[in-house]
Amino acid sequence: MFNFFLLILIYSGIYALMALGQNIITGYGGLLSLTQAGFFAIGSYATAILTTRFGWSFWATLPAALILSAFFGLLIGLPTLRLKGDYLAIATLGFGEIVRNVLNNWDSVTRGPMGIQRIPMPDLFGFTINPYKKYAFLVMVFIFVGIAYFIFQRLARSRMGRALSAVREDEIAAQSMGINITTYKVFAFILGASVAGLAGSLQAVFSLSVTPGTYTFMVSVMVLCMVVLGGMGNFKASILGAFIIQLISYFPQLTGLSSVIPPQFKQILFGLILVVMMIWRPQGLLGREETRYGKKVAKSRKGGAQ
Amino acid sequence: MGIAEFFQHLMNGLTLGGIYALIALGYTMVYGILKFINFAHGDVLMVGAYIGLFLFDWLRGDSPLGLWTLVAFFLAMIISMGFSAAIGMFIERVAYKPLRKATRLAPLLSAIGVSFILSNGAAWAFGTHSRKFNYPFDNSAIHLGEVVITPHQILILVVSLVMMIILKIFVDKTRMGKAMRATSLDQGTAMLMGISVNRVISMTFAIGSALAAVGGILIALDFKVYATMGTMMGLKAFVAAVVGGIGNISGAMFGGILLGILETFGVAVFGIPTGLKDTIAFGVLILILLLKPEGLFGKVEKEKV
Repeated sequence: MFNFFLLILIYSGIYALMALGQNIITGYGGLLSLTQAGFFAIGSYATAILTTRFGWSFWATLPAALILSAFFGLLIGLPTLRLKGDYLAIATLGFGEIVRNVLNNWDSVTRGPMGIQRIPMPDLFGFTINPYKKYAFLVMVFIFVGIAYFIFQRLARSRMGRALSAVREDEIAAQSMGINITTYKVFAFILGASVAGLAGSLQAVFSLSVTPGTYTFMVSVMVLCMVVLGGMGNFKASILGAFIIQLISYFPQLTGLSSVIPPQFKQILFGLILVVMMIWRPQGLLGREETRYGKKVAKSRKGGAQ
Repeated sequence: MGIAEFFQHLMNGLTLGGIYALIALGYTMVYGILKFINFAHGDVLMVGAYIGLFLFDWLRGDSPLGLWTLVAFFLAMIISMGFSAAIGMFIERVAYKPLRKATRLAPLLSAIGVSFILSNGAAWAFGTHSRKFNYPFDNSAIHLGEVVITPHQILILVVSLVMMIILKIFVDKTRMGKAMRATSLDQGTAMLMGISVNRVISMTFAIGSALAAVGGILIALDFKVYATMGTMMGLKAFVAAVVGGIGNISGAMFGGILLGILETFGVAVFGIPTGLKDTIAFGVLILILLLKPEGLFGKVEKEKV
């Protein structure tokens, strides 16, 4: 039971990484991307193939997974982001399906539906991070979440974060302020993609095997749900959202009711969460995070002229 | 490639494209009026196919293939259209209407939620296995010289053509159609002219969903019916709508047929493996977005500040 709870925590961590990425795209940039699952898969397969076939260590595959997902992010982002945001949603939805399609069919590299098994466990200075003994793995995942959170938080408060918020609020106004909207959108999209690739890498060494069936559209919708439920434009909220959604997702097993509750229960619930949140609480549970800069501006305005 | 082979692929492409066109119409009409992509459209198609399948089986009973099965098929199709139209209107009412004044992102997210509810609800209610549509008539192939045509293909072509003509007449000639065109041009002004915009939007969803149901039933004849059948179909139909210029009704028809033909020829002539057939539509989407983002027949819209 406790072990199961640890498993949920680890998955929350892995998904939190994806949710952070989704948040910078959707929460900050106001763009709807539906393909965290695709980048997740690319990261996983990069690690799986490089470790099993080429004998790379897990740590060496991490940057490879990151760069590869970022590259694919650029590839879809460039043509679609030059246009209105809506096209991104469809292009990314398609991309996710294509990735799974390719993984299923490219037998010589991905071994098709069988997937890749026996991925070596990562080790660090002679200490093996065994996913079956969950503590070490949990710590590793949350170190990554911490790093990603820190970097994203800094980025959000930098010129880039402000530019993205400006683009989200009003593209034309942002453009006339000299912000290159395409560059920032593409940059946000690449960031979101690469962190999902990282999550994929972790997923590969956690389950020690990868199969195309893991990376369905449902994963993307789950991640989207995490961001919407927690609150768009708030990174802490994404981590909270990841935890809540994972709890819901494992609720039947956790309570031992999996024989009573139909397997589609959680997906239907995710769909409902999206609709209901949009209608009654579009800002999410925690709401958008005011930056310290924004607060300071508000305060100085209140303070009036000196 | 011989001339016969060419016509064979053309025929296959046309039938596939006819179905894409029917579904693309729903996307394009909704986009034309509300400027948002109705992600749940593909799932309405799936629901329509299920309703059609159940109704047809029930109406047909044990009767042998003959006139009655054909009548039963069309009856099932028409009733399914009605049901799907009601579902489409209901979805709009519950999930999109409250969000009309919200941010751009809100209705999109809501639509994804609806899509997820529908496809998983169907998987829960009808099971995850795929079902086969019973043939309404003898489907043995007809040989025209070297070209092989199945009666299904003829049915698909005739039905999709008739539907498109009816739609075209409806939009061009009737009062409601005029109201629709006015609303898609300028909602505010349309309202001032005494057009009930809410009714127009409801009607748009009803028509789009009814056409999707027809599309769903027609695909089901040759492929299978399952809970997630709408995702890929919806995606391709959307690509078709973008190719034709989103918001443009004739464009969607043309785009659908073009995409169907490109897919068939891509597999048959250019040797794209069948497993990757679905990537063709995606490649077309990226190409069109790069080269002519407003679509083949779309107008370049100047954004107003």
